[in-house]
Amino acid sequence: MSIDPPKSPVVALNAVGKSFANGVVALERLSLQVWPGEFVSLLGPSGCGKSTALRIIAGLTEPSGGGVVWSQTEAARRIGFVFQEPTLMPWATVAANVRLPLKLGGLEPTAQARVDAALARVGLSGFAGSYPRELSGGMKMRASIARALVTEPKLLLMDEPFAALDEITRFRLNNDLLALWQSLGKTVIFVTHSVFESVYLSQRIVVMTRRPGRVFAELAIDAPYPREEVFRTSAEYAAHCRRVSEALACASEATDVP
Amino acid sequence: MNETPPKREPSLRADRTLRVLLPIAVLALGVVLWELVVRIGDIPPYVLPSPWLVFSTLISDRAILLTSLLVTLATTLEGFLLAAVGGIGLAVLFNQSRLIEYSLYPYAIILQVTPIVAIAPLLLVYLPQPAAVLACAWIVAFFPVLANTTLGLNSVDHNLVDLFRLYGATRPQMLFELKLPAALPFILGGLKIAGGLSLIGAVVAEIAAGSAGAGSGLAYRIVESGYRLNIPRMFAALLLLSLAGIVIFFALSLVSHLMLRRWHESAIAREV
Repeated sequence: MSIDPPKSPVVALNAVGKSFANGVVALERLSLQVWPGEFVSLLGPSGCGKSTALRIIAGLTEPSGGGVVWSQTEAARRIGFVFQEPTLMPWATVAANVRLPLKLGGLEPTAQARVDAALARVGLSGFAGSYPRELSGGMKMRASIARALVTEPKLLLMDEPFAALDEITRFRLNNDLLALWQSLGKTVIFVTHSVFESVYLSQRIVVMTRRPGRVFAELAIDAPYPREEVFRTSAEYAAHCRRVSEALACASEATDVP
Repeated sequence: MNETPPKREPSLRADRTLRVLLPIAVLALGVVLWELVVRIGDIPPYVLPSPWLVFSTLISDRAILLTSLLVTLATTLEGFLLAAVGGIGLAVLFNQSRLIEYSLYPYAIILQVTPIVAIAPLLLVYLPQPAAVLACAWIVAFFPVLANTTLGLNSVDHNLVDLFRLYGATRPQMLFELKLPAALPFILGGLKIAGGLSLIGAVVAEIAAGSAGAGSGLAYRIVESGYRLNIPRMFAALLLLSLAGIVIFFALSLVSHLMLRRWHESAIAREV
């Protein structure tokens, strides 16, 4: 799919730079196109600015240089964002947490059905009335994903969402995320520092250098979907992982090159 | 999710029983010792009244003491409510406008660090007595509410703030849907302190006013009984004040527990 790109990217970063007031240069001339329906991962060592790039796309941080170009007007574009932490309001039930984006957007009237649907999609139908502290780490993350899906966004931004979970839970959520992506046809930008996770999930991996973050390499993972547990143990998967690991290692050494 | 609460371990139950029984035992022991000291030493009641005499004074003087109690409690409650409204309101105002915070916060601190006993006589000069007493209760009680609410409003999870911004939350939505709920445990903590302090403020002001010759609250009764060497009544009034303080503390703890029990770590029983 990514080999044969459609006409215009959903979002494009053109030579985006970001430096903070304390002098840290997080991003330097980062250019990136994301195509409709694509699952793309930003892969890089910790502190390479990949989360900053995601925040710039979400509009939470202003770039200090370069530009972000969208295919749609601001009103038409809807973004779902999943943070590193589940980031649920502890004082509200799971249903109220998932409902929040609708409430803030003034979409209350149709909320109930949409909340129910979003919860069903992530397998949390029975937990609408539970409070976040009553859920396991994986279930909290599912609730967080349901909240991101409830506005039916075209673009889903995920910032290392499964980094804090144990391996079994992470694998389950990886599978469920792929199933959601295939059935809903959304564009996903997924930030991770795990080679294995990025290879398993993505069609395309953007490898970033250490700070200041730039694109070091773009690698296509052309294994067909649906990918399932068999894929995790295949030689093909291992080969992709080796290729991506090598690119990441080179990217980490390429730090000081301007 | 219809879980029945797990049965308490016997040791845990025994622990809870001890926590109630031990203070009561200490109290009983103290009272018995006190009674014995007074009887054996044949101490006159104007030096140290026996617990029994204090109790019977409480009963015989109940009309005058209960009326005074109500006066003091009313002042305390009004002071507390004003402190709650003023403290939370001011904190929200500070949170919304940095300029107002910079302008006023130092004076809030000055009001707090100046001893209330020193301010009370001055207030009594400028204000009618009931208003002065109320002002004292308020001055003492509002600062912990202000400080705690300010801390709470500034302690909101940054990711949640980002989430609200992402979905275009308005300023009122940010305040009422995010900041105030997040600050609730802090606000309740402040209110718990303010409850006891407003009683202290009311008492201090009554004592200051009492020497000026007006008033009818419990603290005034204590001063008045002191002048008349009616020591048993002093003790009885003091007992009532302590009880009032305890009731206020437990009432506010209960409110806090009920409001937080579903979600906040502080209210969740945990077995180790």
